[in-house]
Amino acid sequence: MTATTPFRIVVVGHVDHGKSTLVGRILSETGALPEGKVEALKEVCARRGMPFEWAFVMDALQAERDQGITIDTAQIRFRTEARPYVIIDAPGHKEFLKNMITGAASAEAAVLVIDADEGVQEQSRRHGYLLHLLGLRQIAVAVNKMDLVGWDEARFRAVEAEIRAYLAGIGVQPTHVVPVSARGGDNVAAASALSPWYAGPTVLGALDGFAAAAQPVELALRLPVQDVYKFDHRRIVAGRIESGRLKVGDRLVFAPSGKAARVATIEGWAGTDITQLAAQAGQSVGFTLDDQIFVERGEVAHLAEAAPIISHEVRARVFWLGREPLAVGGRLKLKLATAEHQVTVAAIERIIDVTDLAHHSGGTVGKNAVAEVVLRSRSPIAYDAFSVNPRLGRFVLVENYDIVGGGVIAEAGGAQHQVKSGNITAVDHKVTPTARAAANGHEGGVLWLTGLSGSGKSTVAMELERRLFLKGWQAIVLDGDNVRYGLCSDLGFSPEDRAENIRRVGEVAHLFAQAGMLVITAFISPYRADRDRVRAIGPEAFHEVYVATAIEECERRDPKGLYRKARAGQIPEFTGISAPYEPPAVPELVLDTAGRSLDDSVGELLAYVERVFGSAWHNVAGYGI
Amino acid sequence: MNDLDVLESQSIHIFREAFNRLDKIAMLWSIGKDSNVMLWLARKAFFGHVPFPVIHVDTTYKIPEMIAFRDRVAAEWKLPLIIGSNREALAGGMGPDQGRVNCCSALKTDGLKQVLREHGFTGVIAGIRRDEEGTRAKERVFSPRNEQAEWDVRDQPPEFWDQFKTDFAPGTSLRIHPLLAWTELDVWRYIRREGIPVVELYFAKGGRRYRSLGCAPCTGTVASTAATVDEIIAELETTRIAERSGRAQDQESEDAFERLRAGGYM
Ligand SMILES: Nc1nc2c(ncn2[C@@H]2O[C@H](COP(=O)(O)OP(=O)(O)O)[C@@H](O)[C@H]2O)c(=O)[nH]1
Ligand SMILES: [Mg+2]
Repeated sequence: MTATTPFRIVVVGHVDHGKSTLVGRILSETGALPEGKVEALKEVCARRGMPFEWAFVMDALQAERDQGITIDTAQIRFRTEARPYVIIDAPGHKEFLKNMITGAASAEAAVLVIDADEGVQEQSRRHGYLLHLLGLRQIAVAVNKMDLVGWDEARFRAVEAEIRAYLAGIGVQPTHVVPVSARGGDNVAAASALSPWYAGPTVLGALDGFAAAAQPVELALRLPVQDVYKFDHRRIVAGRIESGRLKVGDRLVFAPSGKAARVATIEGWAGTDITQLAAQAGQSVGFTLDDQIFVERGEVAHLAEAAPIISHEVRARVFWLGREPLAVGGRLKLKLATAEHQVTVAAIERIIDVTDLAHHSGGTVGKNAVAEVVLRSRSPIAYDAFSVNPRLGRFVLVENYDIVGGGVIAEAGGAQHQVKSGNITAVDHKVTPTARAAANGHEGGVLWLTGLSGSGKSTVAMELERRLFLKGWQAIVLDGDNVRYGLCSDLGFSPEDRAENIRRVGEVAHLFAQAGMLVITAFISPYRADRDRVRAIGPEAFHEVYVATAIEECERRDPKGLYRKARAGQIPEFTGISAPYEPPAVPELVLDTAGRSLDDSVGELLAYVERVFGSAWHNVAGYGI
Repeated sequence: MNDLDVLESQSIHIFREAFNRLDKIAMLWSIGKDSNVMLWLARKAFFGHVPFPVIHVDTTYKIPEMIAFRDRVAAEWKLPLIIGSNREALAGGMGPDQGRVNCCSALKTDGLKQVLREHGFTGVIAGIRRDEEGTRAKERVFSPRNEQAEWDVRDQPPEFWDQFKTDFAPGTSLRIHPLLAWTELDVWRYIRREGIPVVELYFAKGGRRYRSLGCAPCTGTVASTAATVDEIIAELETTRIAERSGRAQDQESEDAFERLRAGGYM
């Protein structure tokens, strides 16, 4: 008995292409089935009045056998002469994609099964795409049911060419493409006489050819804190080392808090208490620190010289499993390693059609679709790009009580937008934002005030502008009414026009911000999605201030007599009366002006601006990476 | 790390997630080899402590040696033990003569549900493994149960990247399965490596031994001469007899076990 960890393979592909049959066959050929299993299944099939089904080995549920499809993923062990395996059968039906991902995400390699007769189908492509997205790089293809096409080499080559072309489009080269009859057992364990034209390995041979992945010991230390225990005199920080090594004496920094202390002991238990000097990736450990700093679940311990990225924002490729589509402005819980963050969908940059690899912009992300999105978090997130360290570069999304999606984090970099005109290339400035900030004594940025008509946006904005100007700041107000004389004079108040109005103002505001100015905007901007799009233009510069004065108070003030007119039905689509106002999900600041002096309200805002954009504000974690 | 180290580390990770994410958890202790391994792993995860109650659902039909072992180990390891049983069903004369599946669901499943309800546990740790049986091969590590503690096998939550379902509606609960990825052979190799105590019933006497322990009337022995842990390991490395082949309740019909499990059985 060897003590190697079983190699994990998943079998994927379109429904009915023979995945479960192939798995059943492999288990039978390798002697993994218990005595009497095949006989018992023969009886089950006979009782159901059907020919023998190898798929029933894995399809153990009644509903699966009744309908002849796999509903949920199953795992079972077997071994070849080369090594032990866990084989994971995955459902091919689109409806059960969440179960396919459940199976595939833990695999090290995959077999993509394609029916020789039907050829490449929608789920063949989707599964291929998702395998790649999940980080699997080793894929073998089994062209199954060769018996149905009379073991015709030309048909095999055609299917082979089709799947190779698709996989090449996502940057995957299959290790082998094997002609197979799962039902007949041809080219599964033993080479078949029916394919004299095929010189490659059998399915088992292809499996044995996959390279085993090592634990990521050589990557930088990442140890997400899972819990802190105080069962006795020891205060033990517990967690699993996701990558790298840990030694007694190491000085650990905890991200995102930045606290630091040295590892005093690595604790263990093996019948009695023991201690160790070192541990490495894959181990669940507990350690004590030389300094009683307060650390909690969710923080990531690392070494000072190799820190993760810390940011309020992640750009990621997401697969969406939720019943309701994912939309800009949507609020979700993001779980990354042991941390949880409340995030908002700031932008949906593009939606990927996995069948033809075409990209679409905008819109919402439907169930089982893949998209590139920008998520913005209230709390700072410590992460790595997926390509740098997969274990800290992936997350799941939770809505209500359910996991509704997963994502892998892209390399850091600014949000990219769809532009209509081709042949445009961004030109680099020679004056950097840092240089501008140094010259001005403050950073550029957008302070976006949103709230009902009469909530006090313009009044507060103008007073803030005045006070900042007196302090020597480069500040300017963009006001809702003012831009409608010029920049937006062609627009009305329909939702589309309001959206375009906000888009233009957003672009202009960000340009001013790049020029080093502090832009204060005063727009009702009632739609969350519109504001989130503005945020996505330059998330690090954008600060949303919700002027949360209640509608009763706004209506009482009614400085322009608009509420009275709206109540009288003279103004259609008036926000708060006959059109909706969607308050920000996660504003940076909430300001209620009711019962306060202007001085007091502006004072609060000024303090915020000085703290966030003032010259002391330089190396705030994550900004400008 | 060898394969047992990897399994051990994963199981410890699962224990710690359950303990951190759930309010009120307990662990099932069937007195069998698997739940003894679980107890051992819990003590590894929590540095010698078992920080939640250990539940034994007593059907009163257990083999006497099991109960003696339970009481000895519980005292030695100072386990916070809760013993539950479906007294009402027992008073009504429930037993295997009323149908094995009926008996299992009354005395084990309902017995368990009663203890869980009584103490308000929202998570219960159970030592099932994928290699035992076809529906267990499809289980999640964190597996939700509805208000009636039933399992909706047709609509299980996604579970990947070690991110488990730890959010659930009030009234519903979770089963947590730290040993899901282990095989019977792994369990015995780990018992040997760590020196974990097991009931003597597993060791052959007079040419027969128990491979899986349950209630006396429904659990049979298998022909074996394996009288030590080493010999059991050697036997398992070559045998092709299914582990639960001695369990009569599984064999009543094609879907007997699935129905038991959907109803809330482990
Ligand atoms: N003729 C033929 N039929 C096959 C072969 N492999 C599988 N099938 C049949 O195709 C159907 C679907 O197989 P199944 O394994 O359930 O497909 P899955 O949905 O991909 O798991 C079943 O009726 C199988 O018996 C094969 O090699 N030749
Ligand atoms: Mg199937």
